[in-house]
This record gives sequence, C-alpha cells and structure tokens, in this order.
Amino acid sequence: MYRTWAIIERELRRFRRSPTLIVISLLFPIVQLVILGYAFGGNVRHLTLAVVDRDRGVPAVKLKELAGSIAANAGTFEMIPYADEGAAILALRNGRVNGVLTIPPDYSRRVLSHAAPRVALIEDNTDNFVAASMGATLNGMIGAANQPAVTSQRMPGQVTLDVVEIYPYVPYIQYLLPGSVVMSIFMMVMIGGGIIFIDDKARGLHEGYLVTPITKFELIAGFVLSGAIKAVLAGFVLMTIGSVIAGIPHPFDPLRLLRMLAVIVMTALALISMMFLLMVRVTDPLVPRAIFGVLNTLLYFPSGAVYPQQGFPGWMRVIAVADPFTYAVHAFKSLLLKNTGFAAIGGDLAYLSIFTLIAMTAAVRLFRRTL
Amino acid sequence: MDAIDVRQIVKSFGDFTAVKGISFTVGEGEIFGLLGPNGAGKSTLIRMLVTLLPPTAGTALVGGFDIVTHQDQVRRLIGVIPQAMTSDTELSVEENLLIFAKLYGVPREKRKRLIDDLLAAVELTQWRDKQVRQLSGGMRRRVEIARGLVHEPKIFFLDEPTTGLDPVSRVAVWEMLRKIKAERDLTILITTHYMDEADKLCDRIAIVDHGELKALDTPGRLKAAIPGKNVLEASFAPVPEGWTATLQALPSVEGVTPHDNIFRIASGNGPATTMALMSAAAQANVTVQSLSVQSTTLDDVFVHYTGRALRDALHDAPRLDISHMRR
Ligand SMILES: Nc1ncnc2c1ncn2[C@@H]1O[C@H](COP(=O)(O)OP(=O)(O)OP(=O)(O)O)[C@@H](O)[C@H]1O
Ligand SMILES: [Mg+2]
Repeated sequence: MYRTWAIIERELRRFRRSPTLIVISLLFPIVQLVILGYAFGGNVRHLTLAVVDRDRGVPAVKLKELAGSIAANAGTFEMIPYADEGAAILALRNGRVNGVLTIPPDYSRRVLSHAAPRVALIEDNTDNFVAASMGATLNGMIGAANQPAVTSQRMPGQVTLDVVEIYPYVPYIQYLLPGSVVMSIFMMVMIGGGIIFIDDKARGLHEGYLVTPITKFELIAGFVLSGAIKAVLAGFVLMTIGSVIAGIPHPFDPLRLLRMLAVIVMTALALISMMFLLMVRVTDPLVPRAIFGVLNTLLYFPSGAVYPQQGFPGWMRVIAVADPFTYAVHAFKSLLLKNTGFAAIGGDLAYLSIFTLIAMTAAVRLFRRTL
Repeated sequence: MDAIDVRQIVKSFGDFTAVKGISFTVGEGEIFGLLGPNGAGKSTLIRMLVTLLPPTAGTALVGGFDIVTHQDQVRRLIGVIPQAMTSDTELSVEENLLIFAKLYGVPREKRKRLIDDLLAAVELTQWRDKQVRQLSGGMRRRVEIARGLVHEPKIFFLDEPTTGLDPVSRVAVWEMLRKIKAERDLTILITTHYMDEADKLCDRIAIVDHGELKALDTPGRLKAAIPGKNVLEASFAPVPEGWTATLQALPSVEGVTPHDNIFRIASGNGPATTMALMSAAAQANVTVQSLSVQSTTLDDVFVHYTGRALRDALHDAPRLDISHMRR
C-alpha cells in the first residue's frame, strides 16, 4: 500500500503544477456544453425566400403582403422579389436563397373564380431542417390566407401549396459528410502540423535548421506546405471513402473531384495558417494537445456542419461568420449534395484565401528566426 | 585573419547577465576549448556566435563576417553541433545527412561523395540505413558530427559533444575530431566539462565562469601559471593546533588549503615536500591517514580560477543509452 501512496502523491504533486492542464480540462467541457447546447434544435429563422409573382393581380399582392407580415413578425424569412423564375431557381441552386415561392400567372383569375388556385414552393431540400421550417411557415401562411373560409373541408376556392424539392432526398449521413471532410483536414493540421511542430521545437530540432543559411521565408514555406500536403491527402482520402459510405450519387465524377480538390487545398492552407499563427510563439508541447479539443468544438459545431446556422443564437452566428470551417463546409455541401459549379463556391474560396493571407502574414511577422 | 574574433560580447536575459563582455580570438586551424561549470554561459556564448541568439551588446566576427549584420554569410561558413541531441530520430543516418546537405545547398554531384567520406570518417558506414533512434548516444553524436560537416564548413562549433557519453565513446569522438581536423582545413571551437580531454586536444583553452573570461592560454602555460608543480592531498588524525602553519613551513611548499582534516598542498618539489611532511607528522605524533601526490592538472587550474572543483559542478545530463555500443 505504501508504494501505491507514493504513486498517488507523485501524480497529485505533478497535477498541481500544471495549471494549464487543469484550466483546459475544465474549460473544454464548459465550451462543449455551451456550444452544443445552442448548436442543436434552435428554431430555424432568417431564411431567404425568393418570390416570383407572375400574376400581379390584387389577390397575389395580398398574399405577398401576408408573407411580408410573417417575415416581419416571426423573422423566419426575408423576401427577395425576383422578376424571372429562372433567375430565382439559379439563385436557389447556388445557395443564395433557401426557397422560391412562385405565384402562377392565372392565380388571381382562379382565386376570383374559385377554381382551385395554387402556389408553388420550390425548396432546397439538402438541409432538412431548413426545408421543414420553410414548408411549415408557408403552410401556416396559406392557412391564414384561406381564412375566414371554413378550413375543415377543402373548398374549390381554397389556395393550395405545392412543394417541389429540387434535389433527391439527402439522408443525414450525407448531410454530415462535408463536416467530416473538413474535420479530417483539421485533424491532420493539428497532429501532422501543430503537434509535430512544437515537439520538434521542444526537442531542439529547429535549432539545427536555424544555423543553416535557410531564410525565414523558406523555412515557414517549408513548414506550411508540408503540413498542407499531408492535410490535402487526408481530406481527399476522407472525401472519397466518405462519399462511398454515405452513398453520394456519382462519387467519382471527375469534374466534381477537381472542384473538391480546389476546396480541399484552400481549406488545408487556411487551417494550417491558422494553426501556425496559434503555435508560432508556443514552446510547451502540452499546449497544442490541450487546445486541440477546445478548438475542435469551437470551429466544428458553429460551422453548420451538423445543424443549419439559421438556427443559432446571435453570438454563435458571429463565431460562424469568422470560422473558416463555415466556408469549407458550405463549399463541400454545395459540391457533394448539389453538385454545383464554381459560381456557388466562389465566395467560400475567396474567404478562405483572405483568411489564409491574413493568418499567414501575422504568423510570419511573429515568427522569430532566432531562439 | 582570425577565424573567430569576439569583441566585448554581452548577453542579458531580463536583468540576469549570462555573458558579461567577453573578448578573445581564435586563430585559423586552431582547436579552441571553452571550459566552465554549469551555467557559466558557454552555450549562450556559442549560440551568439552561431547566430542563434542576438547579442545584447558587443559583437563577434566569424570567418571575418559580423554575426549581427552578416548572419547569412556566417551561417554558410559554420557547422554547429548544439548541446542537445538534435538528429532526427525517425530518419536514417544517411537521410539525416542528406536533408542537411540540401539545406546547405550542397550540389547534387558532390552530395554522395561527401556523405560517403563523412560516414567513413565517423565510422558509421555500415549503419547508414539504420534509423537514428536505434543508435546509441555515442553513435548519435557521431551522426551529428558528420551532419555538421556535410557542407564542408570552415569553422566548427561543438557544444559539449562528449557529455553523457561513456569513456570509450568519449575517446572515440575526440579521436574522430582529431582525424577529421587533420584531413581538412578546419577551426574548431568546443565546450566541455572534461579537463583531461581539453588538456590533450585543445591548442588553447578559455576558462569561463559566471559569464566572465577567467583565463586564456595553452594548457601547458595555464598549468605552469598556477603555484606549484605538484599537488599533495593528505589527511591527518588528529589535526594539532597550528598544523596549517607547520605544513606551510615545509620545504618547497607554495600554498596550503585546509578542508576539515584534509589538506591540499601546492608544492614546487613533490618528493621533497612528501619526505618532510612524513617526518613532521612523526615528530608531532600525527597519523597520516592518506596521502596522494600528483602533478598539477587542468583541474587544479580550474579550481584556482573559479574556486570550485569542476566535478562538483558536473552536468547532471541524462545518462545515454549505451547498450548498442558493443560492436
Ligand atoms: N533563454 C534564457 N533565459 C533566461 N536565462 C537563460 C536563458 N538561457 C540561459 N540562461 C541562463 O544563462 C546562464 C548561462 O547558461 P548557459 O546555458 O550558457 O550555461 P552553460 O555554460 O552552457 O552551462 P552547461 O554546462 O550547463 O551547459 C544560466 O544561468 C542560465 O540559467
Ligand atoms: Mg551549455
């Protein structure tokens, strides 16, 4: 028993002397509690609805007014008028709007003649949470439009809503896949980049580099590019295996693979720059291991990888706006679930490039070529 | 031109000054030793000379280039073995050398020949494909020596290359250095704790303590400069009143340092002093419990200049794994 006490004493003495470890091990579950607590199940709001009015009659204007008042009161969606249905559907495919409400040209005539008027909701069903929220709100609106008529029985004068889904059904595993691809890149950046970087530094390996004529720029470029290559490999492998597991249609479509590669490369560069900026002045090998978990929670859940960002409280949407995961996840969702082209992911690639540039510039400035 | 010219160099960490304005020069082709106890500032001094740390004040010229303003030129000229073992344990011996040859921009056609020559020089040719993690401490040191020379530097800095090695490996490392030095035109600056090594191998030695230069000369002249040619160490029981004075009065005695019942006696003539000491003890009815007579060593020089025995200040460096050493 004496010897057991010696072990216990040693462990506790050591524990008391690593305050970082204590703080992080308490911080991590708290961060997780708060982030996860608000990441799931919030009411999905702040959607955008394209409205194409091809009728322009008084009943159509009334319907739009009703929609406008719902948007103003509940804040579920914001309406954007589109003159042309083609343009609205293109915006839907490129993710600029979440749904398109079409009022057909004969709407007013049918309302006035009680000839079963219909309106259509064309929705982006790649996000089931968004689609469900949009559908429910519009159904409520149609219900209100049909008042004060008797609603228990379908009358020929009642308006009906046709819901059209533009993509095949997306199971949740496919919905999660984009986040997992980003996660594989992040893991490789942390393990293959951050942890090895600090361990080598602590072991004095960098001293060996610093006495050679290598320039600061060459050295940093070497660290960044080697980390990025490892992360790109990880991302590409996960995307391929993940697509097969999740049953993504046409997983080896060459054009999509090419676009995916572009996003994987940009994501890897953005994340490795972020990691390098965080680690540039760190010497303690415990630090990258400790912040790994916290960073993971802080970046992954607010990114929209598991639940739409429209369901988040305001502060979490602020995190989401800065979070590079957000843009990577969005781009991967566009490519994997909607098979879009570059038009839909241009903004994401632009953000990731700017993020890389800023993080890299800051890291280079902080990097010291001496001990 | 001197290979190294250190001019009033100072390094402070906050309000602690680790190197307090040291100046010296090292001639081309010299093996120059820096001796000092732990914390003397040896590594700090070397790190400034190899451009790893910027000096707080003063500067130094290495190969004629200023270490503050011409770092890049300095880096091209020097090879460096840091105090910590820094070879890449995951890579093989040859890969370690290859990466550094590339870092130094050694042209492809020269690389292979240089690496072959160096591996032969450090006797690691048959281990070239082994991962460094599988090698013993002494062999790793030799990998690092080869690595430090892969770009044919003119000036070679080694920070305690033999600390933590067993006596056999230590001798091997030094002999290798001597052999390499004989084959090429190289200036070596080396730090060590081991006096015997410094005595045998260095052309000149600087003794550093508390960030200051205490002495600088050839090992022979350093030894000659301190009192006595021999050192007697004797213990007595009992120690009578005024015994120090009695010892001081013996023939050829130049100094006595008592320590409890042990006395260190510096003498110009060891045998004469010994004879006189024995009869003085018999007369005073004092038993001589132990007696040793030695020639002055660098250890004595070190004690003389720093007031500390080097072995008391010895590094508590981790013992290295030497189990692979029996080849
Ligand atoms: N980065 C640093 N920050 C603060 N103090 C330092 C730093 N580096 C060294 N020192 C201090 O400077 C003094 C000299 O250290 P240095 O490593 O140069 O000694 P040394 O002679 O090489 O000793 P050793 O024989 O143990 O290797 C020591 O007291 C050490 O604590
Ligand atoms: Mg040292």
